Amino acid sequence: MSGIITAKDMCLWYGNHKALNNVSIEISEKSITALIGPSGCGKSTFLKTLNRMNDLIPGVKITGDIRYGGMDIFSGEVDVNNLRKEIGMVFQKPNPFPMSIYDNVAYGPRTHGVTNKVELDGIVEQALRDAAIWDEVKDRLKKNALGMSGGQQQRLCIARALAVKPKILLMDEPTSALDPISTSKIEELVVEFKEKYTIVMVTHNMQQAVRVSDYTAFFLHGELIEFDKTDSIFSQPKDQRTEDYITGRFG
Amino acid sequence: MLKQSLSKKRKRFEWIMKGMMWLSAGITAALVIFLVAYVLLRGIPHISWQLLSTKPSYLTESIGILPDILNTVYIVIVTLLIVLPLGVGAAIYLTEYASNQKVVSVIEYAAETLSGIPSIIYGLVGMLLFSNNMGTCLMAGALTLVIMNLPTIMRTAQESLKTVPRSYREGAFGLGAGKWRVIRTVVLPGCVDGVITGCILSVGRILGESAALLFTAGFAHALNGVIDALAAPGATLTVALYFYAKEQGEFGVAFAIAAILMILTILINFAAAFAQKHFAKRRKI
Repeated sequence: MSGIITAKDMCLWYGNHKALNNVSIEISEKSITALIGPSGCGKSTFLKTLNRMNDLIPGVKITGDIRYGGMDIFSGEVDVNNLRKEIGMVFQKPNPFPMSIYDNVAYGPRTHGVTNKVELDGIVEQALRDAAIWDEVKDRLKKNALGMSGGQQQRLCIARALAVKPKILLMDEPTSALDPISTSKIEELVVEFKEKYTIVMVTHNMQQAVRVSDYTAFFLHGELIEFDKTDSIFSQPKDQRTEDYITGRFG
Repeated sequence: MLKQSLSKKRKRFEWIMKGMMWLSAGITAALVIFLVAYVLLRGIPHISWQLLSTKPSYLTESIGILPDILNTVYIVIVTLLIVLPLGVGAAIYLTEYASNQKVVSVIEYAAETLSGIPSIIYGLVGMLLFSNNMGTCLMAGALTLVIMNLPTIMRTAQESLKTVPRSYREGAFGLGAGKWRVIRTVVLPGCVDGVITGCILSVGRILGESAALLFTAGFAHALNGVIDALAAPGATLTVALYFYAKEQGEFGVAFAIAAILMILTILINFAAAFAQKHFAKRRKI
C-alpha cells in the first residue's frame, strides 16, 4: 500500500489536554477513507491536522511525523498555503462566502494567481459541473451564494474546493447538516471523486461509512483503535471496542 | 376586608407610579421638542442666501458663514482621511494579528476611556502637540480631532470585525489563501457596515466639536482654497457660533448656525439609521 499521507506517532495537545495520542496511519492514493468514532474522539482534530488548519487555533502543539507525498508537512520548507491548495477541505457546516456563486468558486483560483477571465470561466464551470450543481446555478452565477439551499451551498463549497485542483479532499462531516436527499447527492459525488482524488472523510453516520468508503479508521479517546478495509472493519472487527461501537453499544 | 384594603393601596400606588413615569417622559419629550423648535424658529428666519454664500466683511458690515461651512467640510474630510486608515488598521491588527490578549484588552480599555474624556482636554493636548509646532490652523484642529475620534473608529471597526463568522475565515484559509488575502477579501467586506457607522458617528462628533477646536484651529473667517485653509486658522460652524454669539452679540447669526447644525445632525442620524437598515437587509440575503 503506497500512502499519499502517512502519519507516524502523532500526538496533539490543546494546551494541556492531549487530544490525539500516538496516531499512525497510512492513507492510500485515490481511495476513500472514513474516520469514525464517538464525539470528541479526535477524528476531526486529526483531519484538520492534515492540512494544518489546526495552526489557526492558539495553543495547539503537535509532535510526531506527518508526511504528504513523502514530505514532512511541518518542515520549514513547506508553504502552508500551497499545502492547503493541494489538500482541500469541505467543512461540516456549508460556509460559502457572502459573494456571488461565481466569485465563491473563483476565489481559490484567483488566490493562486489565475486572472485570465476565459481561463477562470472554464475553471468555474468545470468545478461546478464536477460538483453536480452546474445545471442548477448556471443561470444565476452572479447571485449571492447565501440565497441557496443548504445542500446546494455544500455542493458549492465542494466546487469551491475542487476549483484549486487539489490532490486530496478532506471532508469534515460534510452531510451532517443536510437533508437525506442532499446527503445522497453528496455521497454519490464522493464515490465518483475517487477516480481523481484521495478522500478523507469524517462521518458520524456508520451507514455512510459503509456506503462510500474503502477504508475505515476507528478513533476512540484520541487513539486510533483500528484501521482496515471498510468491509473487514464492519464484518470482522479485530478489536472489541470497535465491535462495541459499530454494533451501537456506545457512541 | 384586609385583602380589599391591600388591593386598594396597591392600585393607588400603581396609579401614582404610572403618573410619575408619564410626567418624566412628558418633561423629557417637551424639553427636546421645545429646544428643537426654539432653535429652528429663531434660526431659520436668519438663514439667507447671502449668509450662506459670502464671507463676513467689515466694509459692508455683513456677515456670511461660507468660510465656516467650507472649514467644517475640510476638517471633516481631512480628519476622516487620517483617522480611517489608522483606526481600521489598528482594529485589524488587534483582532486578526495580535496574539497577546492581555495587551489587546488593555488597549481596548484605554480606547474606551479615551472616548469618554472631555473634549477640552483633547484641545489642550492638541494645542501643545500641534498648534505650538505648526501654528493655529485647521490642520492642527484636524489632527486633534483625529486623536479624539480614533478610539470610536477603532472600537466600532473592531466590534464589526468580530462579527465576521469564523467559518468564512476557515473557508478561505482552507483554499490556501494567505492571511492578508483572507483579511482583504473575506473579513474586511464583512465589516464595512461597522466602519460606515463609526464614520457617521465621527462626522456628527466633528460637527458638534467646539472646545477642542477653539484651542487648535482658531477663529478666522477667511475664504481659502483647501490647501491654504488647512495651513491657516479657521473657524468651523460650531466655533463660529460661539464667536458670533459671545464676541459679537450677533444672536441672529448664532441661531442661524445653530439651526443649520441641528438640521445637519438630524440628517446624519437619518443617514446612520438608513445605513444600518440597509446593511441589515443585505446581511439577510
